[in-house]
Amino acid sequence: MAKKPIVARRHQPWADDVHKVFRDMDVRQMAYVPDGGLARVVDLCLADRKMRSVLLTTEEEGVAQMAGAWLGGQRGVFLTQSGGVGNCINMLSIIQECRIPLLALVSMRGQWGERFPWQVPMGQAVPAALQSAGVIVQQVDEMDRVGETVAAAAHLAYHSFRAVAVVISQRLTGTGGRG
Amino acid sequence: MATKPKRRSRRITLERRAVVKRILKDRGDILVVTGIGNAAQDTAAAGDHDNNFYLFGIMGGAAMVALGLALAQPKRRVLVITGDGEMLAGIGSLATIGVQKPANLSIVVIDNQAYAATGGQDTHTSAGVDIAGIAMASGFAAARTIYDRAELEAAMADIRDGSGPCLAVVKVHVKPTPRVALPNDGTWTKHRFRKALLGDAAFE
Repeated sequence: MAKKPIVARRHQPWADDVHKVFRDMDVRQMAYVPDGGLARVVDLCLADRKMRSVLLTTEEEGVAQMAGAWLGGQRGVFLTQSGGVGNCINMLSIIQECRIPLLALVSMRGQWGERFPWQVPMGQAVPAALQSAGVIVQQVDEMDRVGETVAAAAHLAYHSFRAVAVVISQRLTGTGGRG
Repeated sequence: MATKPKRRSRRITLERRAVVKRILKDRGDILVVTGIGNAAQDTAAAGDHDNNFYLFGIMGGAAMVALGLALAQPKRRVLVITGDGEMLAGIGSLATIGVQKPANLSIVVIDNQAYAATGGQDTHTSAGVDIAGIAMASGFAAARTIYDRAELEAAMADIRDGSGPCLAVVKVHVKPTPRVALPNDGTWTKHRFRKALLGDAAFE
């Protein structure tokens, strides 16, 4: 696959804090469907030779992959845009049935200054949809709190065998009307 | 005018329990992830084992659970035993897996061309959809459809040891099979599987 330039730090400065959390917590697998809001996080993971990043055809594949990774003794992180959350509901059953940790980062659309109407239904449904599926939701909308929120979520997920989603406000991701 | 997909005309000669028993014969340290329903039953009937992770839900997720496991344990062989309905529910995962090319992963699809657990309704494979063809087109190292014992034996080297990812669809009868008592407590299965695989590291 062709290499694309890494998204500049100035656009998503919190992304480097997030990647550092992955390093500190020995996160070895990542699963994603490409998304503008998490683009720099994805780029940093792809460039990290200690991490194996898996491109998904649809988001629910990532939930299953994370379960398999943990069965095999590796920590993972699942990256998705708000639209992908709805695709994951049934797959999240394995987290509750087996008490397997899941750390998810959700970048929001349809929430803050959105200009594309089709993003709004799932965007507005994200917190309730996640909670209905047993996921602990931790929302963050301040630049300098993203790293610490991801770290706290990772500890909660990995040490208490729960699903925890860090929901990153559209105010931070700069994706009002594209992709 | 739409054309009907061609139906396969080859006779179906294989019985599912015998197939899975053969695939798992002298299994060594292979790790097995099963799909829901008959696939889990067949795997347990071949001999319950600490290295079996049985799924009783998340239809469509078996192959991706196996991918995560295979990437975490590159020195271990990982085998999926699932049905055609479950594989079709996660058919996109063949593209995901084909791109990642895990050498230690094989997928066996026990294809009775029906949704047995819900009353035996036809699946897409009964109308000619070719799961092995989808796997090859997705970048799998090897993929085939098996109709008889000779073809199964010829496929065993790939299934158990081939540089993967490998996929084999095995066409079987739709006849009912005796139920096997199988604990479906996912937490219990998880602990047993991880303890066997990771030892004390499972509890760190």
